[in-house]
Amino acid sequence: MSIMKLKFRDSTLAKKVIDKINDTSRELGYVKICHVCGTHEWAITHYGIRSLLPKNVDVIAGPGCPVCVTPASEIDESIKLAENGAVIACYGDMLRVPGSHGSLLDAKAEGADIRVVYSVSDVVKMARQEPNREFVFFAIGFETTAPSTAIEVLRGPPKNLSFLVSHRLIPPAMELLVGIGDLHIDGFIAPGHVSTIIGLKPYEIFPRAYRMPTVVAGFEPLDILFAIYMILRQIKRGEARLENEYMRVVSWDGNIKAQEFMNKAYNVVDGNWRGLGKLPLSALRLSEKYSKFDAREKFGVKVEEGKDIHPGCQCHLIMIGKIKPPECPLYMRACTPQRPIGACMVSMEGTCRIWAKHQIKNYEI
Amino acid sequence: MCLAIPARVVDINGNKAKVDFGEGIIREVDVTLVNVKVGEYVLVHAGYAIQVLSPDEAEETIKLWNELLEFEKQQPKMR
Repeated sequence: MSIMKLKFRDSTLAKKVIDKINDTSRELGYVKICHVCGTHEWAITHYGIRSLLPKNVDVIAGPGCPVCVTPASEIDESIKLAENGAVIACYGDMLRVPGSHGSLLDAKAEGADIRVVYSVSDVVKMARQEPNREFVFFAIGFETTAPSTAIEVLRGPPKNLSFLVSHRLIPPAMELLVGIGDLHIDGFIAPGHVSTIIGLKPYEIFPRAYRMPTVVAGFEPLDILFAIYMILRQIKRGEARLENEYMRVVSWDGNIKAQEFMNKAYNVVDGNWRGLGKLPLSALRLSEKYSKFDAREKFGVKVEEGKDIHPGCQCHLIMIGKIKPPECPLYMRACTPQRPIGACMVSMEGTCRIWAKHQIKNYEI
Repeated sequence: MCLAIPARVVDINGNKAKVDFGEGIIREVDVTLVNVKVGEYVLVHAGYAIQVLSPDEAEETIKLWNELLEFEKQQPKMR
């Protein structure tokens, strides 16, 4: 495996594919490629991939950070549950994301029992060990994460555990991006690990209905460079196809077992995304059969409409790739990783946080 | 969040498996979503294996890359 890893980081191959990218893009004019994955953004920024691309090829980050897209109203729900005495278990990044009036970390500082977990299975264990406490798992994440919540729901969790399901689906977010007229995206890099679960099939619509070259890519720097090249090659040939660069992990059908778990556990519903509004059929909720495990039903949680974007914060534009972090007036001034204002600066997968951690102050295409 | 890390399966017990992330980091993960044997590699996300990795498929990627680089060489260059 380690030898394989070396091949995946082969600098000779990298030079060759960059030559190809340069050759292919020479006569193309300005090309904007969009990815929708926080892990892709991290790899692109960490390995300096934008700096390797010709001037006329830009890569933008879409809404690929699940923590960032979770709307304030759903964080408010979790805080309300915590205030009513439930233990809220969540993934670490959720802790500092602002709700309408504060974050889960603020609630914790005021005495609420908020616990960070690595996995939903940790919460199941905790709930069994403390049968006298009510536990709520704040289930966020895209299709990569949703199956694990579904497994525990179907397996029959302990009576004192329920779920605040806030999972979101990626293809509807990509449809939103295509529909934003002045964004002018020329091609999609589709997220590798979401695709591990859902397969290639759900992306078929992008080349077919929107003439959008779409390439599913892995996370090694070479994966991303090759995906960019594959998109440019399609554009140059006047094609729009769905291609799989991450064939070592992603298949046409995806992980069928995971999809079955999801189909049984959830209904697909319209869902709010932070700063992006309501996207049709983009969120998951527990299906009627499992509603007794739904924390919203169990505790009758009701919250007002949330306040997603704080004054001056440009997260809603960052999240669709309309602007880059240095174009936000708050970036690295009022909003820093130490004192984040917007969700994009909080999460490890938020574009602003990634850029800030890599000390990127300026960006020009 | 959608970060997934490869690990080698060292022991399987029902739907749980002990996996080695390298450098001696062993953790129990859930293998409900995959059919895997001891010695194989899985991709682990938030404590759940979501896919089996095979060395053959890794080789396929390298092959794809080389084909992509080779293919254009045979085409007349448009400048």
